Amino acid sequence: MTDIERHPYDVVVIGAGGAGLRAAIEAREQGKRTAIVCKSLFGKAHTVMAEGGAAAAMGNVNPKDNWQVHFRDTMRGGKFLNHWRMAELHAKEAPDRVWELETYGALFDRTKDGKISQRNFGGHEYPRLAHVGDRTGLELIRTLQQKIVSLQQEDLALHGDAEAYLKVFAECTITTLTKDGDRISGAFGYWRESGSFILFETPAVVLATGGIGKSYKVTSNSWEYSGDGHALALRAGATLVNMEFIQFHPTGMVWPPSVKGILVTESVRGDGGVLRNSEGKRFMFEYIPAVFKAQYATSEEEADRWYADPDNNKRPPELLPRDEVARAINSEVKAGRGSPAGGVFLDVSTRLPAEEIRRRLPSMYHQFKELADVDITAEPMEVGPTCHYVMGGVEVDPDTAAAKVPGLFAAGEVAGGMHGSNRLGGNSLSDLLVFGRRAGAAAAAYVDAIGPDRPPIAEDQVAAATTEALAPLTGVAGENPYTVQSDLQQTMNDLVGIIRREHEIVEALGKLETFKERAKRVTAEGDRPFNPGWHVALDLRNLLLISECVAKAALERTESRGGHTREDYPKMDPVWRQENLICSVDGDQVTITHQPLPVMPTELLSLFEKEELSKYMTTDELSTLDTTAGEGGRP
Amino acid sequence: MTYKAEFRVWRSAGANTSDGALVDYTVEVNEGEVVLDIIHRLQATQAGDLAVRWNCKAGKCGSCSAEVNGKPRLLCMTRMSTFGEDEVITVTPLRAFPVIRDLVTDVSYNYTKARQIPAFTPPAGVAPGEYRMQQIDVERSQEFRKCIECFLCQNTCHVVRDHEENKPAFAGPRFFIRAAELDMHPLDAREDRKDFAQREQGMGMCNITKCCTEVCPEHIKITDNAIIPMKERVVDTKYDPLVWLGSKIFRRS
Repeated sequence: MTDIERHPYDVVVIGAGGAGLRAAIEAREQGKRTAIVCKSLFGKAHTVMAEGGAAAAMGNVNPKDNWQVHFRDTMRGGKFLNHWRMAELHAKEAPDRVWELETYGALFDRTKDGKISQRNFGGHEYPRLAHVGDRTGLELIRTLQQKIVSLQQEDLALHGDAEAYLKVFAECTITTLTKDGDRISGAFGYWRESGSFILFETPAVVLATGGIGKSYKVTSNSWEYSGDGHALALRAGATLVNMEFIQFHPTGMVWPPSVKGILVTESVRGDGGVLRNSEGKRFMFEYIPAVFKAQYATSEEEADRWYADPDNNKRPPELLPRDEVARAINSEVKAGRGSPAGGVFLDVSTRLPAEEIRRRLPSMYHQFKELADVDITAEPMEVGPTCHYVMGGVEVDPDTAAAKVPGLFAAGEVAGGMHGSNRLGGNSLSDLLVFGRRAGAAAAAYVDAIGPDRPPIAEDQVAAATTEALAPLTGVAGENPYTVQSDLQQTMNDLVGIIRREHEIVEALGKLETFKERAKRVTAEGDRPFNPGWHVALDLRNLLLISECVAKAALERTESRGGHTREDYPKMDPVWRQENLICSVDGDQVTITHQPLPVMPTELLSLFEKEELSKYMTTDELSTLDTTAGEGGRP
Repeated sequence: MTYKAEFRVWRSAGANTSDGALVDYTVEVNEGEVVLDIIHRLQATQAGDLAVRWNCKAGKCGSCSAEVNGKPRLLCMTRMSTFGEDEVITVTPLRAFPVIRDLVTDVSYNYTKARQIPAFTPPAGVAPGEYRMQQIDVERSQEFRKCIECFLCQNTCHVVRDHEENKPAFAGPRFFIRAAELDMHPLDAREDRKDFAQREQGMGMCNITKCCTEVCPEHIKITDNAIIPMKERVVDTKYDPLVWLGSKIFRRS
């Protein structure tokens, strides 16, 4: 193995989106030599696609907002399946994390008194999203990227080497984590450009690899989203939680076919856009579920008054949490009231002046104009659900982001628990800042704690990783990896998609077994430098493993909640709310186990009215509540 | 709507060509597709190892920059309907940067230049959460922060496009707007952004042909709103005849 370049580091962060960059900044600020490994070029990660904003209860627009209200909204959005401690930390720390970005140079849109402006979004009681037009993710990634550059400039001045403490390994993909006994010892991967291998010798790895969207055909996610971190964690012996919960964003583009799935920001609705079916009806009023009746308007008049007077009117049902809106659109299309291209109409043109639309939604205006020849200031958009986000992910300790394997941490989309069964828009950008920082800090603390007892690299693991990575190039005339990938995406889309049925999930699991066999025999033409066919073949292993987790968990959970809808079990079941489904892997077999959901402490439970809790909890839970929490009413 | 298009794509030396050459492909095109869709179809059906960079496929990440019929473009935002069905479409890598393979170039020049610009310097004594700025004041810098770092402006700029020798001294339009952005940032504590752009970034080599503005997919007015104002203010202080005279008389400098 002498031809493999080796790099010793204190902390290796895999992924260079918001969570990874924030984790790396923290680890470096704690004095650790930190590597950032990014699958693409530096600054291109999927965070740039985030449009709406970062949710943080700063109270700049409505002073009634505070962390308790944000916590409550997050739990409601997740249908009370969230890990309460993550939701609590997130709501408490998000404002500091957003303000901190200003000290790195971020320029958010402003209120009249010069503070950070905040916008309305689905499921958030008050205007809460710090934003920059509809390109907030770009601002976030660029700000963090520039902060890293500034830390490198400090290191250059101090040590004569900009990369002494913080180095970006761009276009580099990790395929295996190595271990020393139970604990992490390193990360093995390849350079995209040359195809040569690289080994990081490190006691601490922070996974910040994002999601799994590429296991679906219609997705807002890019090619990078192949569940790498989820799969690396599983294979290293860690566990995943809540993998059945996948968020289908209600509004993706549906036409032209080549852009199907590309995101249309929720800000369109936050800023006044409405959903109509082919009969011109604002159908969302028909789809307000019982648990949300108290918070949403029942007439168009009231909904329209809310934009100007939110204190005395209820919010429009277009701003229900994403799972509700996605299912509603799905039902309308199924009932034959869809748009010509198989979506529904999203109209902002009759709601705001053209100039205002171009100012508030510049990238949407641009996107529709350039890709679909649609002028959104003059006509409605056609939109439909698209696979957007996985709520499930690596099971972590809320305070430290530590996975079950010593030395392994996870933050951002790759981590599970924070969002329960459904994530609220805007809670992702704040999540990755809050838990990115915590993961970086905890990784640094872990390195301090082990001191000189650094885990050695087991050379046989490196040799095995090399053989495995080279397999698609050394095999003879096997199947084209693109074909298997595309069949997998179609299967997940058709059979484990937005609405699920037992027999279809079983069918999908059967197909997954055949894909696994086919994947063993795929071969890529060409050689190692920048060979996309080879990369697809390697990503395929991760996609398959993660798809199996999703399908098995989806089969097991016989209820409908958030991002998991079972047509054969359409009701939300309070008994299931007490259950987390945990995925682990043994060999190449995924096993699902039940684990009780951590119980929320009384002081947080008391933020909710008992009447609301009764919609989610079992009678047993409610009676315990009576004895411990008294009235259970919020202050 | 489906038709067969003729594509000519740059392939590096390898299995297909011994020396790097334009290779002809006939490939299916469907309604609404963009050039990147066609490149992906080539990968999936005819050329599995054809290298191309891409991520978001929505014009937001700036990864898929290349040249289509000689024009610097984002492949994901170049619609096939802008070409005639009988038109041969030539796709080549960015010319100003060394080719790594096929359509992928080594853009590290840009990351090197990025690291040479002094970072945002926070105002002393203003705590996080206490930053106050007016919308009208942040908007000027926000225009430049729309930049998706596709580097098309860097690629098209004639100062470096065919003049490798100018690269060490010239940061390029992307980094002039970065300098302008920091200069116009209401709370940046550094005062020497303009001088720095002139002295260290080689802004003086720009002769305002506006090619960068023309190719910017974000429609940032690079020349009018960043370079020209920066140059004017540099001129104000550096070449103002009265200031010059004053400096001679009073020996200021």
